[in-house]
Amino acid sequence: MEWYLPVIWAALIGTAVAMYVILDGFDLGIGILFPFARNEGERDQMMRSVAPFWDGNETWLVLGGGGLWVAFPRAYAVVMPALYLPVIVMLLALVFRGVAFEFRTVSHSKTWLNVAFTTGSTLAAFAQGVILGSLIDGIPVRDGAYAGGPLHWATPFALLCGLALVAGYALLGATWLTMKTEGPVAARSRAQAKTLLLVVLTFMAAVSLWTPLAHPRIAERWFSLPNFYFLWPVPAVTALVAFLLWRWLAKGREVPPFLAVIALFLLGYLGLVISNFPYLVPPSLTVWQTAAAPASQIFMLLGTVALLPLILGYTAFIYWLFRGKVREGESYH
Amino acid sequence: MDFDPVLLARLQFAFTISFHIIFPSFTIGLSAYIATLGAMWLGTGTERYHQLMRFWTKIFAVSFAMGVVSGIVLSYQFGTNWSRFSLIVGNVVGPLIGYEVLTAFFLEATFLGVLLFGFNKVPPWLYVLSAAVVAAGTAMSAFWILSANSWMQTPAGYEMKDGIAFPTDWLAVIFNPSFPYRFAHMLNAAYLTTGFVVLAVGARYLIAGKHIEEGRTMLRMALGLMAILAPLQLFIGDQHGLNTLKHQPIKVAAMEAHWDGSKPGDFEIFAWPDEKAGVNRFAISIPHGSSLILTHSWDGLFPGLASVPASERPPVKNVFFAFRIMLAIGSFMIAAALFGAFLWWRGTLFDTRWYLRVMAQCWWIGFVAVIAGWMVSESGRQPWIVEGVLRTADAISPVPGATIAVSLTLFVFAYGVVFSFGIYYINRLIAQGPQGPLAEETGHFGSSPITAAHDAGRRAVQKS
Repeated sequence: MEWYLPVIWAALIGTAVAMYVILDGFDLGIGILFPFARNEGERDQMMRSVAPFWDGNETWLVLGGGGLWVAFPRAYAVVMPALYLPVIVMLLALVFRGVAFEFRTVSHSKTWLNVAFTTGSTLAAFAQGVILGSLIDGIPVRDGAYAGGPLHWATPFALLCGLALVAGYALLGATWLTMKTEGPVAARSRAQAKTLLLVVLTFMAAVSLWTPLAHPRIAERWFSLPNFYFLWPVPAVTALVAFLLWRWLAKGREVPPFLAVIALFLLGYLGLVISNFPYLVPPSLTVWQTAAAPASQIFMLLGTVALLPLILGYTAFIYWLFRGKVREGESYH
Repeated sequence: MDFDPVLLARLQFAFTISFHIIFPSFTIGLSAYIATLGAMWLGTGTERYHQLMRFWTKIFAVSFAMGVVSGIVLSYQFGTNWSRFSLIVGNVVGPLIGYEVLTAFFLEATFLGVLLFGFNKVPPWLYVLSAAVVAAGTAMSAFWILSANSWMQTPAGYEMKDGIAFPTDWLAVIFNPSFPYRFAHMLNAAYLTTGFVVLAVGARYLIAGKHIEEGRTMLRMALGLMAILAPLQLFIGDQHGLNTLKHQPIKVAAMEAHWDGSKPGDFEIFAWPDEKAGVNRFAISIPHGSSLILTHSWDGLFPGLASVPASERPPVKNVFFAFRIMLAIGSFMIAAALFGAFLWWRGTLFDTRWYLRVMAQCWWIGFVAVIAGWMVSESGRQPWIVEGVLRTADAISPVPGATIAVSLTLFVFAYGVVFSFGIYYINRLIAQGPQGPLAEETGHFGSSPITAAHDAGRRAVQKS
């Protein structure tokens, strides 16, 4: 019990974060791609493709953050003060983009709300990348509390991860639009997806090289034997997925590219998990050291086991209900 | 410059949560109202109820978005500014918040999608059911949040080991001594707050002479509900106060500005509590009033502020004045609701212009009462963040004051902008008013309720 409970919780929170990254990823991506639309009609079409979903998508972030507090209060109490500024910037960016979403349709002058939507989306994505990057780079801890300064998070690697996530979300958004829209928006997003794929692959390669070079523990995890025998398929499958994605985009396929980008994200995520498990706060605190009381983890686990399938069920229901394409200048009916 | 991190973190929390609570207080009540309208539409087949349902759903959408984004901020603030709170009581409070996310947030967000965009995609019963699910979700959310807050006021079902709280009995944690009272009080407050907004909008339409039938329906529904709920709130509030007296007597002493516990308490209608001297200046009081309310006897005694050292007292002025604001608004609400019901019974409600004029201006009073009530509850708990378990000063993050000052500034700026726009847009939706039959007529419903309203307005203009 004592041993596997934190592992189950790490897996659950990992799932919530993955759900968040994929689901809010594509709607943040649409915000990032917003300035490339030609006119308001196209922007309306882009927004309509995510309108029924974005509230639910963003809720996974609350579950991820809340889950971290519930299951690993010692990690939460270190990570949040350490990443104070990027977290605040992310939250404010999400505030602006969320309300811009709802306000945009009432307003006569959309320019400023478009700016707020794009800036908010881009900044939120960048801040999330920075949070990820500085977490991997390591957080100094003394006596169970954060022991660094207010700008410790601002490392070159963290900034690299910030840019990488902006590109990654844009790619997700572009393939979502390829799948969910028609007309010029769909055509442009396909072209954008190709460019973005190359950018994202470059970033993935950079992160894959940088992390083992900067952190011996990560190099050892991947390149020591026998680990390497088990782990080499991860980059190999990634390369295969990237190749297929390129082919599908070139052939003008609509649904497979989006699924391939999700696979790409999950593979990248798996790579990071392999590099860092069992550390929740690298390089010092593991999932076991930071776990909540077993009574708390069990109480919450019972609820999660009962409710998560339900949540996934009605999430699937709403995606099914609003299936199909959003045409130019048209809306759901 | 020297920044006091505790003060800044408290200011930041007070600011962000005051901003946030406005939206749940409104959306909890409004979703229930929308679901009721939906049920009446299905039950009677009257199209007006359907139109009103659609109209209020648009306003709900804008308010809900602001509630969601300001709520996400709060759930992270526990970590950024209050990391030691998260650590010390996280085992107990954390799961309550976790259950809120699991049982309420996803439910609300998903079914709101159906409610907003699904009218032409789902059968009417499922459409109305979605409204009911959203309403249940908001009430569920209030259940868990009020449970967590009540645990901070009257902790139960836990034990302390190495300075960290561990749960021993979850039912005792969730249903802690002050929870039933606080939950009932807040839920009722949310319904009242919404009731006064609906009343104000209805009155506004009648005065302007437009959307007459809709305005009358709003007035009747709001008054019918509030004539019951407003007096009920007085009773719930009284019970809640007695419960507080039992568990947090010093908070009650601050509410009454009652210094000397060896004498019966007067009820101060107005006073200026002098915290240094420990007396009330410029007092206008009802002799023995507080003793009567709190102990139900003329000479009843209850603890005074002087029974604890000054460092153990809450900021008396905040609590005292916030309590008076809440009481004043509550009394006004009872009077307004009962008088309105009287006019209705006499058959002159829709013609009594002065009453409609006053009510049209009163949309905001519920919000102020809610914020004042929370100020009593939260300021009154000081210097504790968790009564008797953890002091506020010991709960903050190891973050420099300047960092908190920067983020506080950003929040004030951002929320100022967002709030102004939000009020502006909601006001505009109200000015547009409920539209004629739109979806049925054209089979077309915009991507968002707001666009739909817009389109319908444009069509109406073109036709005329």
